[in-house]
Amino acid sequence: MLGQGIIKGMAETARNFLGSYLKPERLVTVQYPEERLPQPEAARNFPFLVYDENDTQQRLRCVACQICEKECPPQCIYIVKDILKTPDYLGKLQFQPKTFDIDISVCMSCQICVEVCPFDAIKMDVAYELSTTGRFAQLLLHKEQLAMSNPYYHKIHPAEAAEIDARLAAEKAKAQAKAKADAQLKAKAAALPGPTVT
Amino acid sequence: MPSAPTQPHRVVPRTAPDGSVIEGERLEISMGPQHPSTHGVFRMDIVLDGERVVGLKPVFGYLHRNHEKIGEGTTYLGSMPYTDRLDYFCSLTNNWAYALAVEKLAGLQVPERAQYIRLITAELTRLQNHACLGGFLLQDMGASGTPLMYAFREREKILDLFESLTGSRMMCNYMRFGGCRCDLPPGWAGRAGRVADEFPRFLDEFEALLNENEILMSRTQGVGVLPPDLAVNAGVTGPMLRASGVNYDLRKADPYGIYDRFSFRIPLGEHGDVYDRYRVRVLEMRESVKLLQQALRQLPQGPVLDPKAKLRGFRPKPGEAYARIEAPKGELGFYLISDGSPNPWRYRVRAPSFINLTVLEDLCRGHHVADVVVILGSVDIVLGEVDR
Repeated sequence: MLGQGIIKGMAETARNFLGSYLKPERLVTVQYPEERLPQPEAARNFPFLVYDENDTQQRLRCVACQICEKECPPQCIYIVKDILKTPDYLGKLQFQPKTFDIDISVCMSCQICVEVCPFDAIKMDVAYELSTTGRFAQLLLHKEQLAMSNPYYHKIHPAEAAEIDARLAAEKAKAQAKAKADAQLKAKAAALPGPTVT
Repeated sequence: MPSAPTQPHRVVPRTAPDGSVIEGERLEISMGPQHPSTHGVFRMDIVLDGERVVGLKPVFGYLHRNHEKIGEGTTYLGSMPYTDRLDYFCSLTNNWAYALAVEKLAGLQVPERAQYIRLITAELTRLQNHACLGGFLLQDMGASGTPLMYAFREREKILDLFESLTGSRMMCNYMRFGGCRCDLPPGWAGRAGRVADEFPRFLDEFEALLNENEILMSRTQGVGVLPPDLAVNAGVTGPMLRASGVNYDLRKADPYGIYDRFSFRIPLGEHGDVYDRYRVRVLEMRESVKLLQQALRQLPQGPVLDPKAKLRGFRPKPGEAYARIEAPKGELGFYLISDGSPNPWRYRVRAPSFINLTVLEDLCRGHHVADVVVILGSVDIVLGEVDR
């Protein structure tokens, strides 16, 4: 019969329409500004720089090695090294970035900077309401805007941050143990009598 | 099965009483690039005789982004996020094709678990691509909203899986040379299994909604018939070729990854018209669900990245490699020539949508302008991939 298929299809539409009132799993949308879905832990948006303790600028984990600047596919990172060196978490003297800019209008959120960073200094943020009124200056983020604390990183990526903290702590303990052993060895060497010439 | 298709429309030359053929005045119209049915910025120069199309010239390049030249300028790893942006519906299959090419070039081995994850993500990609295509095709025919929204509802579940796995819904950038970037998050395989198990219900619903719909049948059956010999000669691949009855699927013809371990069938069409192209895709989704269920059941434990693979300072030996996969739209190939430097000397993409579009004129000749929209929809193009 002509029209049978259309009636069948209409019945399907009616089932969906009525089902959306009765079954919650058929109603999949949320009313966005009032209701927000939680983001998965792997969510990523734009990069930020992690700093330890409370010093936003001096304790950045970034050592201005410029690897991310070289690897960034759309080349949206710009880094200038500082002349001064400051001690890092191991007590080793390291460079700091004098300028660290990311143009988030160019950034394509690919996470390659995070993957290549050997110092766990740059991570992906999950903030998504970033609209501004300007096209250029307001989308060029400087070091001050990019720096975020380690607790913030823990808040957005808990499992990953805990793993990195554990690794950094282990490295620090190892470095301290090595320093201690070195000091003991030195002390021993000083205590031993020197070679005698006969 | 619905009734047999009607005969294709033909241009019937109008004859004067004395037998001479009447030629109407030809009208050239430019359809696109800002036309809602062209799936992006794509233009067609159509020559019309009355209502019938007598000539059609596709005009590409409005979305040209220099993809291949950028690929030659960036490192091997740096091209990976750019491949997401080729066919932005199926970023994971693009990743896979590129990763396969580089693995061939550098001789990297992919661990077992990563192979399974790749297959699972690729089949999920196929599901959401074909579901969306069905929705868009119906949208082009004027079924405004309903089928498309049903398809998007299902796609959303798959995109949620992608987001929790890769961090991004569409620009996944997930695969790496020698494996995958990260392991599955806890509970992901179970969620994927539920999505796969529920998907046939959506397909039943979709087919009940559309398969026997008389309007759909009269709009699609016998429209845009692609004869198998023309399809083979033009290098058409993917569901479009199989709808013409040619049994050629790279998952069977040239198995890559671990496709040879699973049992699945290749659905074929008979007539090669728009309706068959739609049906082949629906049936292919059912096969993808089977593949997904098998792969998720057998998913092994283990590492997901080859220990020899490295991110920085990756320099494959001089040589060349071509790797191809059955992307949802057809054969997606990457051709790379290495000269031993950190970036490829030549980087070429064989994009299925671009090559499938070359037969558009043959499909459209003799049909109405309104059918051109439907035929273009059934070719399944994404302009990111056509123009690169």
